[in-house]
Amino acid sequence: MAVSRGFVGRRPTDSARVPPGQYVTRDFPVLSAGPTPYTPLDTWDFTVRGLVNRPVSWSWQAFRALPHENITVDIHCVTKWTKLDTTWSGVSLDTLLDAAPTQASHALAFCDGGYTTNVPLADLRGGKAWVVDEYDGQPLDPEHGGPARLLVPHLYFWKSAKWIRGLELRQADQPGFWEMFGYHNYGDPWKEQRYQGD
Amino acid sequence: MVSKTVETPRVTTIAVAIQDWPGHRAGQHVDVRLTAPDGYQTERSYSIGSAPEDAYVSLTVERLDDGEVSPYLVDELRPGDEIELRGPVGGYFAWDNELGGPLFLVAGGSGLVPFRSMLRHHRASGSRVPVRLLCSARSLELLIYREELIKLAADDLVDVSVTLTREAPDDWRGYRGRIDPALLAGCRHGCFGA
Repeated sequence: MAVSRGFVGRRPTDSARVPPGQYVTRDFPVLSAGPTPYTPLDTWDFTVRGLVNRPVSWSWQAFRALPHENITVDIHCVTKWTKLDTTWSGVSLDTLLDAAPTQASHALAFCDGGYTTNVPLADLRGGKAWVVDEYDGQPLDPEHGGPARLLVPHLYFWKSAKWIRGLELRQADQPGFWEMFGYHNYGDPWKEQRYQGD
Repeated sequence: MVSKTVETPRVTTIAVAIQDWPGHRAGQHVDVRLTAPDGYQTERSYSIGSAPEDAYVSLTVERLDDGEVSPYLVDELRPGDEIELRGPVGGYFAWDNELGGPLFLVAGGSGLVPFRSMLRHHRASGSRVPVRLLCSARSLELLIYREELIKLAADDLVDVSVTLTREAPDDWRGYRGRIDPALLAGCRHGCFGA
């Protein structure tokens, strides 16, 4: 480890909340791998499929009628920004997964626009993950993933897939979009699992 | 670090000589890691602005006033200093000759950096695919790589268009205003070549 001459650096003000290598931003940066899809709500649905007896789908209306929770969490992007105390409203993955009993161990989220990302099912259960449709008290903006996105705040934010349309439950793990392009398969920000090999 | 080139008052290109550099693809980035005397470290990602064929790896860095790494790279770092890089990283936003084309590249501000890598690679690899670049800057003075873009646009295959969003010279013949669907639709002729 070579010291960078003349570098002092700032220390995170709250290292209990800011993972290593992250800095706090007040903005909400927008990073996407492709164009923003605009799916009409009357054709939108959310589906749990794959290793289930029968796939389960919710229309937008049915999804909106599911019990919603208000969520305040810190989010951490692999590009190094962290945003504290973001507020969302959405449906717990516990609620959605309870409707589709499964022996699966992994989920592959699929989205409008073709994006995918993989998450172990254990990381989606136990009050740790949601499908959110409101941010900061307003309907989720398309550039932030509206009408609905995954929210898995304990993993880097690329796992919180924008424009989500459902989960494919699987017995075997299958890397998603960024996971195939060199990013870490799991993505724990507290272990700095940014890239393959971390 | 071997040299610094001031691109605009806020943007500087730093060229780095790296032992055992594995090579990169145009469009990839690196993570720059800085270490303080007490062991504190921080990293930021920067696009590579040099072509795979270039002698040095160059990064073009915009200085953010409230930044932690960019003011150090722009103000403090000097030739002879060592910096720690990790990479190259990223395989999605990349172009190489074998991928073919045509290419339509749209960038604002420092978003131009990975495209310079692609444009240089386009030339160095003798690619015959047409390239259209549309870039947005606040003013002509704040357009990075200005001289190089003019030279690159001399190639019949490369079409460079610039739109200026804040101020433009009286005799400006390029676009004005932010990139929007109408400007994209009208983007047919390069202003440097016209």
